[in-house]
Amino acid sequence: MLANIVIQFMNGLAGASSLFLVAAGLSIIFGVSRIVNFAHGSLYMLGVYLAYMLVEFFGRSSIFGFWGGVLMAALCVGLIGVVIEIVVLRRIYRAPELFQLLATFALVLVIKDAALYIWGAEDLVGPRAAGLRGAVEILGKRFPQYDLALIAIGPVVLGLLWLLMNRTRWGTLVRAATQDREMVGALGVNQSGLFTGVFFLGAFLAGLGGAVQLPREPAQLALDITVISDAFVVVVVGGMGSIGGAFLAALLIAQAKAFCIGIGDVSIFGTVFSFSKFTLVVEFVIMAVVLVVRPWGLLGKQQGTQRGTFMVEPPLYPLNRNFWLAVLAVVVLLGLVPFGGDGYLLVLLIDIAVFALFAVTLHFLMGPSGMVSFGHAAYFGLGCYGAALALLKLKLPMELALFAAPLAGGLGALVFGWFCVRLSGVYLAMLTLAFAQIAWSVIYQWDAFTGGSNGLVGLWPSEWLKDRTVFYAFALLLCIGGILFLWRVVHAPFGYALRAGRDSALRADAIGINVRRFQWFGFTLAGTFAGLAGGLFAFSKGSISPETLAVPRSVDGLVMVLLGGVQTLTGPVAGAAVFTWLQDSIARNTEYWRAILGLTILVIVLAFPQGIAGFTKQVATRIGVMRREAA
Amino acid sequence: MLTVEGLNTYYGRAHILSDLALKATAGEVVVLLGRNGAGKSTTMKSVIGLVPAETGGITFDGARIDRQSPHRIARLGLGYVPEDRRIFTDLNVMENLEVGRQKPRDGAPTWTPERLFELFPNLGNMKDRPGGRMSGGEQQMLTIARTLMGNPRLILLDEPSEGLAPVIVEQMARTILQLKAEGLCVLLSEQNLHFAQMVADRAYIIEKGRIRYSGTMAELATDAAVREQYLSV
Repeated sequence: MLANIVIQFMNGLAGASSLFLVAAGLSIIFGVSRIVNFAHGSLYMLGVYLAYMLVEFFGRSSIFGFWGGVLMAALCVGLIGVVIEIVVLRRIYRAPELFQLLATFALVLVIKDAALYIWGAEDLVGPRAAGLRGAVEILGKRFPQYDLALIAIGPVVLGLLWLLMNRTRWGTLVRAATQDREMVGALGVNQSGLFTGVFFLGAFLAGLGGAVQLPREPAQLALDITVISDAFVVVVVGGMGSIGGAFLAALLIAQAKAFCIGIGDVSIFGTVFSFSKFTLVVEFVIMAVVLVVRPWGLLGKQQGTQRGTFMVEPPLYPLNRNFWLAVLAVVVLLGLVPFGGDGYLLVLLIDIAVFALFAVTLHFLMGPSGMVSFGHAAYFGLGCYGAALALLKLKLPMELALFAAPLAGGLGALVFGWFCVRLSGVYLAMLTLAFAQIAWSVIYQWDAFTGGSNGLVGLWPSEWLKDRTVFYAFALLLCIGGILFLWRVVHAPFGYALRAGRDSALRADAIGINVRRFQWFGFTLAGTFAGLAGGLFAFSKGSISPETLAVPRSVDGLVMVLLGGVQTLTGPVAGAAVFTWLQDSIARNTEYWRAILGLTILVIVLAFPQGIAGFTKQVATRIGVMRREAA
Repeated sequence: MLTVEGLNTYYGRAHILSDLALKATAGEVVVLLGRNGAGKSTTMKSVIGLVPAETGGITFDGARIDRQSPHRIARLGLGYVPEDRRIFTDLNVMENLEVGRQKPRDGAPTWTPERLFELFPNLGNMKDRPGGRMSGGEQQMLTIARTLMGNPRLILLDEPSEGLAPVIVEQMARTILQLKAEGLCVLLSEQNLHFAQMVADRAYIIEKGRIRYSGTMAELATDAAVREQYLSV
């Protein structure tokens, strides 16, 4: 028993090191650039692949070959980070924060396909470390020598980072820039050089974290997303920007995971409770608890907005007659499609309508309510499953089952939102991600009720809606209705209160607005309509899977909103249309659709930092179609 | 040493500075007087490049700086002390000074932490104290000391007396005169005429983003009408 506990503890320590390296890199980059680098997991993945390649190259049998390969891999990833910073991110430091996020999403797509092209889709199993292939005996149990080395790496890197940050001029400048980079510039420090250095260090740490894992886990293409969500959790639990916090959080989470695996199935009062299944969510449960108790993480401090990056949200233009005429024109045009287009076009348009509604609900949160959600797919997916389960388990007719969709989405948002509105900024975003991940993992594992990873099939609409054209009209009506309703709400007193709360929570509070409660209602409203979109999605496809609420779906939603422009009302609809169409048309023609999509997004980001709708508005203003609003 | 001509600066569509012109020559203390919101801080920020000017020319030591980035301007020997101090609160006094450090410069006094602690004895007693745990007066000293670490030829002081106790204000005035004695050129912005009279040689009065008056402090002292029109609250 004792031996088991000790071994699990050691396993936890070994797992913590790599997690800490990635998280520390992410934290340092965020601190200075205020960029939440979604591509950080991709850099880790590159670290594993490059180590695989370079260890082979230097010779896997010699100690120099192994460690040389690992270090070279980390250095290469560091240089890739430098290239990313110079080519992409440097151009958009002045763009809105969320746009930088979009750029890093695009990088995830590009890097994934680059890895697919270079190394193929097969998992690559790395060699064991030369010189550390054996095992040592601890309390009668065998423990791998290499894991002992890993246990040492974490604290060593922590110590080196501490020296770098506290005992060198460069570290002092980095810490100063984390607080006020504009002032650092006004004191004569070249920020570009500092940023490039920080990206090198952050990427190097991610690459090292990946490279040292090579003997423990194979190189594979799914690592980017799993690692980035792990790293986010660690950084948030530890406190954004705190390296010591990241270390503590990595230890905590790795230990919790190791023990969940170690405990396995336990029988409590006759029911078997599986702790190993719990590993999928344990970190998110820890994060949710920590964020509710300590909103800025274990060792974090409340972070002010980075000086010199403050952006004022422009007011939304009012819904005047021209706006409604334009909406009417679009509706009429869409209504005419069945008379001219083919069946395939209808399928695509239904998809676009559903995702436009989904994107508008997310925009409702991100724009007017000022709450960025990284886990909005949760409410979409809950809608899918709500409708599907009402139809299959409760045997309700389809029309009634569809009502269960917004109900399920809204209920989920009501519960999760209660916690989320207690936070703001990146922390709020992370908590939404945590809840989405918890919901996903419950649905993924509850085979008996939700069909587990297989999902649910046989979700067909009622007889009168079977015809593609009729269903098209039905879906269009509901989606457009939902979108217009949310747009109207933004211009209602409720919407004013939400926007006031976003622009200054303090002042809104002072004039008697209960900001938190308004945000909570806003959150629930967005979840309700996201659920409706999910329900329509389920009936249009006939089957659903846990993917409907997985992280990539949430990311899709973010990309749609950001692509369209978060500062405009109609942007998300344009973004959803372009994104859905691009994804559909590229995916049919090439295996590397992700890279093409990612590169397209990058081009758009670099060329039009205010989004598609923002760009058209600018052009319209310039050629005089739209009036310039008064200053 | 510093010449500003025809400066126009905007925040978005709001026109903040209109055709602003001013001059500061070596060894001089020049004050920019004006009420709240007159455009004093924006003038300072335009000179250091934090709020880029739309049109107009700014020359420092014979070099055009109006299209330069702040760090390049600072490296030419132009120091900027912001109105709201902008101390790095997580860094201690020595580290704050380190961020401002630049190489010694010809034609400008060279500062070390030791020399600065002679100028600001309080700071010398709290070398390891984080910026966030200092009083307003101490922070004001530190922000000036931090900028001096860059060995500037000219220093922009944005409302150094704001929010300070009267005894600290007097200390601040003595400090500015000491800097002048070291050969530093000082461009200072103020609302406090009394403070300005203690330190400045010449004055500009700014209102609604335009220079309305320019003259020596002695001339301004005798011109009650101007003081009444632009400075009284």
